[in-house]
Amino acid sequence: MNLHEYQAKVLFARFGIPVPRGQVAADLAEVEQAAAALGDGPWVLKAQIHAGGRGKAGGVLTCSDRPALQQAAAGLLGRRLVTAQSGPDGLPVQRLLVEQTTAIARELYLGLLVDRAARRVVIVAATAGGMEIEDFAVAHPEDVLVTQVQPAVGLQPWHGRRLGFFLGLAPAQMPALQALLAGLYRLFIDCDASLVEVNPLVVTTAGDLLAVDAKINLDDNALVRHPDLAALRDPTQEDPREAAARALALNYISLDGDIGCMVNGAGLAMATMDLIKLHGGAPANFLDVGGSASAERVAEAFKLVLTEGKVRAVLVNIFGGIVRCDLIAEGILGAVREIAVGVPVVVRLQGTNAAAGLALLAQSGLAIETATGLDEAADKVVAAAARQEGQR
Amino acid sequence: MSVLVDASTRVICQGFTGRQGSFHSEQALAYGTRLVGGVTPGKGGQRHLGLPVFDTVHAAVHATGADASMIYVPAAHAADAILEAADAGIRVIVCISEGIPVLDMLRVKATLAGTEAVLIGPNCPGIITPGACKIGIMPGAIHRPGRIGIVSRSGTLTYEAVAQTTAEGLGQSTCIGIGGDPIQGLDFVDCLALFERDRDTDAVVLVGEIGGSAEEDAAACIRAHMTKPVVAYIAGVTAPPGKRMGHAGAIITGGAGSAEGKYRALEAAGVVTVRSPAHLGATVAALLG
Repeated sequence: MNLHEYQAKVLFARFGIPVPRGQVAADLAEVEQAAAALGDGPWVLKAQIHAGGRGKAGGVLTCSDRPALQQAAAGLLGRRLVTAQSGPDGLPVQRLLVEQTTAIARELYLGLLVDRAARRVVIVAATAGGMEIEDFAVAHPEDVLVTQVQPAVGLQPWHGRRLGFFLGLAPAQMPALQALLAGLYRLFIDCDASLVEVNPLVVTTAGDLLAVDAKINLDDNALVRHPDLAALRDPTQEDPREAAARALALNYISLDGDIGCMVNGAGLAMATMDLIKLHGGAPANFLDVGGSASAERVAEAFKLVLTEGKVRAVLVNIFGGIVRCDLIAEGILGAVREIAVGVPVVVRLQGTNAAAGLALLAQSGLAIETATGLDEAADKVVAAAARQEGQR
Repeated sequence: MSVLVDASTRVICQGFTGRQGSFHSEQALAYGTRLVGGVTPGKGGQRHLGLPVFDTVHAAVHATGADASMIYVPAAHAADAILEAADAGIRVIVCISEGIPVLDMLRVKATLAGTEAVLIGPNCPGIITPGACKIGIMPGAIHRPGRIGIVSRSGTLTYEAVAQTTAEGLGQSTCIGIGGDPIQGLDFVDCLALFERDRDTDAVVLVGEIGGSAEEDAAACIRAHMTKPVVAYIAGVTAPPGKRMGHAGAIITGGAGSAEGKYRALEAAGVVTVRSPAHLGATVAALLG
């Protein structure tokens, strides 16, 4: 789960990480109140969306007086901001962060994340800030330092010294860096984060360290033990179908094609997408209905797939392990009858009671094609989608 | 003679009296797994499915001599259950639970590094040596004793590989689902080494997916150490970057972890790859000809 910058900065402050003075605003009156509370301008106005690249997209503006601030805020609030990372439709700007400007001497980068291969939390530091760290690391590997934290002992003072001297900080700035790192690491562990990023970490002209931007991703699996953090979720920043799927405990991702997919198991769901592509079609979605695919879940999943208006055919691919294929078949029949599915449906069943399930489908009188093999199923659904296309 | 588990493996279930634990313990018993008891804190001394229940793993090991455990406790308690099993001297710990926080698994990995315990999972179907020992949620009936080792990050894709090798008349020596999480117990490299050493395994089917570098690591291991043929399929050629495809570990980030990159690495190591999951069985059968 992603947090907004303003939410992340509240957490930063709670863990003793210095951030610019600022206030979040949801309308123009609140923008005015924020400016008044912060004192004289100029102010920085930052659109709060779950995507990077805001600066280049016009989502971060510096305003020197109140009328300019109001005008800039009016131009951002309520619109969809399209950035290099937001997708073509952009994301809705519903809140703005109003901050005091910072006198910048240097920009640096600090990030904490879980390194899968090393099986450690790592701290990534770079001698430049404000850029995409992945691109920067490829172009300037000597300017990026990655250091691991041993989980049993946690962050140690040597981490701070190594990072601080690498970043070219003065000895007098080391205590501030040590405190900042300690706060970031504690935040990472205490909040079950998967990414905490300060980009840029600013050295001010006065020599202070300041987290001018803040990004936090949280581990979805750990949200159950952080109800306060789970409450920070902003559904307006998420694909509505993906959010609806999560509410049903289904895994759903929207794609560009026209063949809807409904599969049990994440790996098989991906494999089914690949298979459709191999057979000349294009998948409309990734959907894992999970191991315990009940009739109700199958019906809900069908509705979800069909909300994608572009779907011209649906492939249901179930390997019945613990779940019995005859029960799945009943669920499919119930769903197809209940919601009057208007596109061709191909069902491939394999595993426990597959023959009984396929027989149920064949005898139903509904226009459902059946298959047992993967290739056969893919061929049938690609052909069905092509026929639908031809009828338009 | 098979890998990690066989007919002599003495298994306990953690989360024994819960719904999942009960159901899959019954299935394991029906398959012939030598299940010797289970653990549910607070229910020690009772009997369940005709077997003794213990309060702690230590008590269960002491009384039954168990050397393997299957874990069906809720995700929030699963890391603790793994560590308890390891401390009690369990040799093979199979954690089925899905949704364990990543930082919990970091601590588990760091702790297990100092023990003899082998962890399979979490978020996995488990391990089965057909006809001998089933520890996990896989449907036993699709397996046949045979000489193909199967290792996979995905549950239902494992079943595809199993069903196809069974249909080809080959059967399986042992099938290991290593799980779909970013931090896990046994990885591909560990399993390949086990299959390479196993006299009853002639070839290995490896089923990978996008995300991480486990398949690239496997390729390096195969190139350096593997003499037995390996057939591989990687799921997620069509998966878009930055999207988590169901499994916590299945995500292409910063240009790394793509299916094409993994295919290239495996092919360079001499692995026979298939682009369709439908062709795993036929390909391995043709290879063994």
